[in-house]
Amino acid sequence: MTTKAQAVLDWIDERFPLTSSIKGHLTEYYAPKNFNFWYFFGSLALLVLVIQIVTGIFLVMHYKPDAALNASGIPAAFASVEYIMRDVPGGWIIRYLHSTGASAFFVVVYLHMFRGLLYGSYRKPRELIWVFGTLIFLALMAEAFMGYLLPWGQMSFWGAQVIVNLFSAIPVIGPDLSIVIRGDFVVSDATLNRFFSFHVIAVPLILIGLVVAHIVALHEVGSNNPDGVEIKKKKGADGHPLDGIPFHPYYTVKDIVGVVGFLIVFSFIVFFAPEGGGYFLEYNNFIPADPLKTPPHIAPVWYFTPFYSLLRAMVWPLFGLDAKFWGVVAMGAGVVILAFLPWLDRSPVKSIRYRGPIYKAMLTLFVIAFAILGFLGTKPPSYAFFGVIPGAPVAQLFSLYYFLFFITMPWWSKIDKCKPEPERVTG
Amino acid sequence: MSVDQKMDGGRRQLLLATSAAGGVAAVAVAVPFVGSLTPSERAKAAGAPVEVDISKLQPGQMMTVEWRGKPVWIINRSKEMLESLKKTDELVSDPKSDKPQQPEYAKNETRSIKPEIMVAVGICTHLGCSPSDKFKTGAESGVSADWAGGFLCPCHGSTFDLAGRVYKNKPAPDNLEVPPHKYLADTKILIGDDGKA
Amino acid sequence: MKKLLTALLFTPLMALASGPEVHLDKAPVSTEPAALQNGAKLFVNYCLNCHGASYMRYNRLQQIGLSEQMIKDNLMFTADKIGEPMRIAMQRDEAKAWFGAAPPDLTVISRSRASEFGSGADWLYTYLRSFYRDDSRPTGWNNKVFENVGMPHVLYELQGEATAKINEHDDGHGGKTKEIEIEAPSKPGKLSAEEYDHAVADLVSYLVWMGEPMAEARKSIGTFVIAFLGLLFVLSYLLKKNYWRDVH
Repeated sequence: MTTKAQAVLDWIDERFPLTSSIKGHLTEYYAPKNFNFWYFFGSLALLVLVIQIVTGIFLVMHYKPDAALNASGIPAAFASVEYIMRDVPGGWIIRYLHSTGASAFFVVVYLHMFRGLLYGSYRKPRELIWVFGTLIFLALMAEAFMGYLLPWGQMSFWGAQVIVNLFSAIPVIGPDLSIVIRGDFVVSDATLNRFFSFHVIAVPLILIGLVVAHIVALHEVGSNNPDGVEIKKKKGADGHPLDGIPFHPYYTVKDIVGVVGFLIVFSFIVFFAPEGGGYFLEYNNFIPADPLKTPPHIAPVWYFTPFYSLLRAMVWPLFGLDAKFWGVVAMGAGVVILAFLPWLDRSPVKSIRYRGPIYKAMLTLFVIAFAILGFLGTKPPSYAFFGVIPGAPVAQLFSLYYFLFFITMPWWSKIDKCKPEPERVTG
Repeated sequence: MSVDQKMDGGRRQLLLATSAAGGVAAVAVAVPFVGSLTPSERAKAAGAPVEVDISKLQPGQMMTVEWRGKPVWIINRSKEMLESLKKTDELVSDPKSDKPQQPEYAKNETRSIKPEIMVAVGICTHLGCSPSDKFKTGAESGVSADWAGGFLCPCHGSTFDLAGRVYKNKPAPDNLEVPPHKYLADTKILIGDDGKA
Repeated sequence: MKKLLTALLFTPLMALASGPEVHLDKAPVSTEPAALQNGAKLFVNYCLNCHGASYMRYNRLQQIGLSEQMIKDNLMFTADKIGEPMRIAMQRDEAKAWFGAAPPDLTVISRSRASEFGSGADWLYTYLRSFYRDDSRPTGWNNKVFENVGMPHVLYELQGEATAKINEHDDGHGGKTKEIEIEAPSKPGKLSAEEYDHAVADLVSYLVWMGEPMAEARKSIGTFVIAFLGLLFVLSYLLKKNYWRDVH
């Protein structure tokens, strides 16, 4: 480095921890050397966040949160989306990136969370990382839900109508609460404008803050790895973990491969299947919102459907409160219970590699349950597998399992027959 | 830093190639985003040429039409008004219209296709205000005692003569812009398009 | 509202589903300029009186091989500037009074009509060929795919007047299923059955094109993007391998 550049750097370093930050978070941040495929999704989630923010900034320049009908009888918000799709140069690419990005976000985040389950990433000392993560997931759901109202199509409108009405299930304050959320007695222009405000500024701010907390906490304790052993326990003469390698350049170059691989799949959807077979852009959402006409079948977007199934599974009134209330409780609990995972797991080992058969069986069944609940959530309640096995009881069964997985975890994770953890990471 | 020191030729080449390809990708990504900042189809449609019927425009009168959201003046100059242009030749900063503030076919004494019909964008070349018309001459105009008729910009006091030429020593640097236009018929002007149909 | 919600969410046995199974014919969608131009002509002549296409600008028709002059002379009835969208003069409230519902805007109709039973094009192709005479309806028309539709058969002078035989069966649950069988037009139209199918295919092709005029550009850009990313993938993979030689 030339002395002049060094002088500039020194000048900055005396006022801002630039060099030390780069060292602490990149060049001298030691990560386990045995990360596998599952460890791509953290950096990919960050990538998708950036995609959503950048495309979002450009979409806001052309989008209008206005439910009033224009001269052709089309709500201005809906028309402004088509305006972006057709009249704004390059607008269609930006919009498809954003709409595909929303689904990609959940794909990546679900896989990232699953990685945590596989390798016990939520266990001590990473409980807070996990808690921040579940908060990110919650914020992401809010962000996606409010963003979905903005195109002001039929699914936007009726999806919001149904979900906001969930709050009315809360005893005593519920009905008034849902009116406060909507700012009206039905989903209307007032709702659209406040959701727009939340979607473009409030929730993203929270989301970014939580992501920073998530990463700061991670860099404080260091990453877990597929073996679930702490690399900091075995340090070399230079004080660096023996099984650790500097994040930069090793994991930057590796993550770039992951990013490009992800972008190939992502671009394929954006350019060849932007509707995602009706899952990413629902067909009915190409019809402007009509408050007088409910579409025959309302399903949330795919990433909400597992939780939507939990909601629908509750059909019995309990303790004098109606089923609707318990449905909302089930859905909320389905998300919140994730945060308690670090304290529910009593296994002596972290990674699935050294866990016993019970964990493997329980986790496999959990994934199947989550997938089936997700699938059934996209279908009407009357759906039957192959036309004969009714979907509703199946959904109830798997909903029960969903909660049993967590609630009984302290017991079965303890008695599971684990293998001994190795001293050092394995290949 | 130890990594940089032992960087071999092969690694350097790969690093360069990957960075170059990544740079190309970044530029390509920027294309739609920058593109989205340019006028949309709607803006272009709104900025389409405007047809104006001037059959009812009497000598000495002016009308304003909107083209691309800007006021376009059409002035039917009387004989006296055309005469005044000779007087102002000396007073304006660009009497021969040398600066490209008009299409070639309007680069003449009257800055117009037909001598009496002036077409100009009514936006001051200083900072974009719209000047007001001061057709009355002399002290009656409220501009100055020897005022020959023209336009006064209310924002910073720039003055223009009846061919839209800016007076010397005024904030505005250039003459008023003459938009591309053509005659579809004797009393029909198309503003915004001068191509051969 | 509350009732509706409860019905929607908590009645697993209620049979509302996405409507009964509908058989849709596969639409022979074309991207050929000749077919799209013919479709555009049919659209402007038969659809654009009642349905607008308010996000579709006339000048975009240049993309399917029409010149500005041709558009102005042959297709532009509802606007006087080439950059204007395809609007209609009909008032929405009047339309609502006449047809029971205001005719929907058709710009993205082909995208909204897709379902698990087929693409939006399939639906439109089947729908436009499934009108039959039904004197019980105010318009005198009914449709097999869209029962009790408010829209009359505007293409009848081309197709002719089809009638239908309605068979009702017991469905075994005490109800009846209705089976509608459309018969060949009793009064023939200007086109033969084959020609009519062809014309509808052209019209549907146009509607598909209009739903996403940039679809072709999207795919060709996509091919290029993915090819380039493939190259970048190889490069970044080699780079990663090179660096990771150090890691033992």
